[in-house]
Amino acid sequence: MSKVILTVDDSRTMRDMLNLALVEAGYRVTQAVDGLQGLEMLCAAETPDVIVTDLNMPKLDGFGFIEAVRKDARFRAIPILVLTTESDGEKKNRARQAGATGWIVKPFDSLKLVEAIRRVAA
Amino acid sequence: MSEMMTSPTPNGVELMAFRIGAQEFCVDIVSVREIRGWTPATALPHSPDFVRGVINLRGVVLPIVDLAARLGLACVEPTSRHVIIVAQVGKQIVGLLVDAVSEILTVTDDMVQPTPDVASEMAKTFVRGVLAINQRMISLIALDEILPKTLRDAA
Amino acid sequence: MDTIETIKLTFFQECEEQLAELESGLLAMNEGAADSETVNAVFRAVHSIKGGAGAFKLDDLVRFAHIFETTLDQIRIGQLPPSPEVMKVVLRTADVLADLVAAAREGDRLDEAKWLPALEECRALSDASHDAIELADFQPVRVSFDDIDAPVAPARPPRVFTIYFKPKRELYANANESVLLLRELARLGEMTVACDASALPLLGELDADGAYFAWTVELVTTRDEAEIREVFEFVEGDCDLTIEGAAIPAPAPSDVAALIRRVQAEMGAESRAPAFVQRPAPVHANAPLKLVADAAPSEGRSAAPPAKADIAKNEIAPPAATIRVEFDRVDRLINLVGELVINQAMLSQRIIEAGFANGSAVTVGLDELEQLTREIQESVMAIRAQPVKSLFQRMSRIVREVADATGKSARLKTEGESTEIDKTVVERLADPLTHLIRNAIDHGLEAPHSRAAAGKLSEGIVRLSAAHRSGRVIIEVADDGAGIDRARVRDVAIGKGLIPADAQLTDAEIDNLIFLPGFSTVSELSNISGRGVGMDVVKRSIQALGGRISIASRPGKGSTFTMSLPLTLAVLDGMVVSTSGQTLVVPLTAIVETLRPKSGDVHALGSGADVLAIRGSFVPLIDVGRALGFRTVPADPLTSVVILIETEGRARNALLVDTIQDQRQVVIKSLEANYCHVPDIAAATILGDGRVALILDVDALVARSRGDVAPADLPFAEAG
Repeated sequence: MSKVILTVDDSRTMRDMLNLALVEAGYRVTQAVDGLQGLEMLCAAETPDVIVTDLNMPKLDGFGFIEAVRKDARFRAIPILVLTTESDGEKKNRARQAGATGWIVKPFDSLKLVEAIRRVAA
Repeated sequence: MSEMMTSPTPNGVELMAFRIGAQEFCVDIVSVREIRGWTPATALPHSPDFVRGVINLRGVVLPIVDLAARLGLACVEPTSRHVIIVAQVGKQIVGLLVDAVSEILTVTDDMVQPTPDVASEMAKTFVRGVLAINQRMISLIALDEILPKTLRDAA
Repeated sequence: MDTIETIKLTFFQECEEQLAELESGLLAMNEGAADSETVNAVFRAVHSIKGGAGAFKLDDLVRFAHIFETTLDQIRIGQLPPSPEVMKVVLRTADVLADLVAAAREGDRLDEAKWLPALEECRALSDASHDAIELADFQPVRVSFDDIDAPVAPARPPRVFTIYFKPKRELYANANESVLLLRELARLGEMTVACDASALPLLGELDADGAYFAWTVELVTTRDEAEIREVFEFVEGDCDLTIEGAAIPAPAPSDVAALIRRVQAEMGAESRAPAFVQRPAPVHANAPLKLVADAAPSEGRSAAPPAKADIAKNEIAPPAATIRVEFDRVDRLINLVGELVINQAMLSQRIIEAGFANGSAVTVGLDELEQLTREIQESVMAIRAQPVKSLFQRMSRIVREVADATGKSARLKTEGESTEIDKTVVERLADPLTHLIRNAIDHGLEAPHSRAAAGKLSEGIVRLSAAHRSGRVIIEVADDGAGIDRARVRDVAIGKGLIPADAQLTDAEIDNLIFLPGFSTVSELSNISGRGVGMDVVKRSIQALGGRISIASRPGKGSTFTMSLPLTLAVLDGMVVSTSGQTLVVPLTAIVETLRPKSGDVHALGSGADVLAIRGSFVPLIDVGRALGFRTVPADPLTSVVILIETEGRARNALLVDTIQDQRQVVIKSLEANYCHVPDIAAATILGDGRVALILDVDALVARSRGDVAPADLPFAEAG
């Protein structure tokens, strides 16, 4: 079975881009439009091998989402990569404090995305 | 304009021949969508006399062109024996009212002779060429000229 | 890669939505009515546009959105108070952002002169020096992993690195794994690993989340230190890490010496920790995880439910269940339902003709089918309906621009933004509405000093509203300006020969003169209001949508343009009538009443023109059959029926037809699709007997019978 990646992003464009890159790389992809739906997906759908999440999202942002995932014993071991357009470190550090495993700087190319996922996926 | 608007088959092109009065005509079969019997049309106000009106073709409003009137021939009141050739002209679908459909001809390009130089305006405008088959003369109709220019521009 | 192209389409669609969100959020902020979530949404909108633009290498857009985002972020975190001056700049920046998006969608680049000034203006609001660094940082840096896997410069001599790596518990808490990091290192070259498990406590004292291992890795690689550090990029700070590199002496002086040194290095590593070299992974990956489940359930499990409870509390509404469907598919469905309606009508007619009694099983079943068909039709139409909100939002920009250009102060107030109307109607309303809004500010509102003199607030109000009223949508554009200068309008109309100098006109009739072709008052401002078109064009666009437009004006108080539009362009309520053996449909919206003329009601006026006396006034009588050329002999009014209609501008006319058949909803069919526009005819429909019936264009018929339309306008004047 190929690995499942949960992508959480409020931008349809970004979800589509992620989907395209990940499916081409042989992953299966599930999607959520914000942190809240991301948590619902975790409980309702197949447990993903890696989560890729945006930070700026309505309802529940990336930080809150990551914290919630890390608090849940069932999901705390899932690697989480955050998508960030900020490479200045401030957002990255906040995300890491929240429990992010790593990050992908937007705009990403698909090689880099897949590489980052490969690095953190068991 | 040297290229024929015809459909190549291994042995040439296929044309649908039909009759109006005593004259025979044909059109490229690729343009023909279907053949149906005459049904009374709803008249359109302020329209040229060769437009018989519109009919309902499975939900599509189809204008009917009386080809006899269009070609300047004597026209008669259509009966249920008359035939409508539903043809694609550009992006539009048009019904052509003719007396009867006669046959499908398979011809090669070289069988199409230039239109003889006659005075008839009709011949110059609508006939792309003529075919001589078994002592009959069949005129190849240029469908894209059938609708007046104002109509085609409106499309 | 055509999928990238589809995603690009999605991106631009999404940009539209985000720009709309941005606009409405900024307007709320401008009114001081924004909560923090609105400000966040505004920020997110620009942020998302930037993100997508980066992916498609739309550099201008990225650059612009980045500065904009920075400014918005400062507003968001409270560093920049959203004063009216700041908001003015921000709103203008949003307009330019929309222009950049529009240009990018067309595959163009917007002229720098059109966006750089706005960029600078926006940048001036925020800290400029900070931006420069950030922007440089944001430029897409493409790291090609091809280069790493297949080095361009393979000539670099291998070096041996000693990497000491001791994870902290935070590393595991963030779901990073030592074993994966080791796996990554192994990809870089030949590696030997030693694990130091000396810190591992007894099993009973083991903390499931603890970090007890340290690794020493000897890596022989041609890669440089930076690439090794990149492996630890995600865990920087979450582990102790030292990397020491030493060149392996080039083999040239003594191949044997190099070989020996390397063998020694490998042997040394192996001898230090033989037990863990092969499989360091299971130690951490399996054992501690098991312990989480077995030994620490209270900590792990109890944390979970509160987290979920919080989420449930915050949840406002479940994610809206929507699907995206191509417009073509909806159109096809609508067409098919149209067919269904027609077929159902045909079936009904056949069944009635077959003589089934009312109340029989067949007619009862038929009634149910009819009901069902109508419900299906309404449901399908609802798919295409969309709120006018997006349309209204676009207008606030027009208000700003025209107010700026005319030196007037204006504010747009909108009402009924959630009113839904067919998507096609919404799209085709944009132009006429834009024109009306321009007109309201340019011609309607007075200059600030005149307003002050009239005791009004210097800021003029343009009110844009939408509401459903008896099966139609009413859209109003109202200004609180000076109202129509009737004396002037009258003079202009006389001057242009539009009305006779001695014409007796009511106030309403004078107001409606502005809709006449060729009427235009303030010529020097036509580049704002007109772009070379007059109100007659607006009227025609509205009519083309099956709508009507009228104006009501009060001197000194302002003017209101009222548009009444069909909910959909697909169906129409009509009265089915016959004349000269032809069946026609008259749109119900135009009909005031129907009546049978009595002898003495009809009077001839001049040559060939008749008027009908109705309750003391005379209205022009149009013999429809003759006007359409279906017959040459005039109809006998006494055996005919009169349909009293009201056209745009509230002028009344009487249409003479032979009989009235019934009233019904008809499905509108285009004549243009396979034919062309026919004068006096709005469209076609298919009736229950399967025949095509024409839908009368009442306004055109009246206009033509009055002689407003020259014969040259008829398409067949030179047919052939």
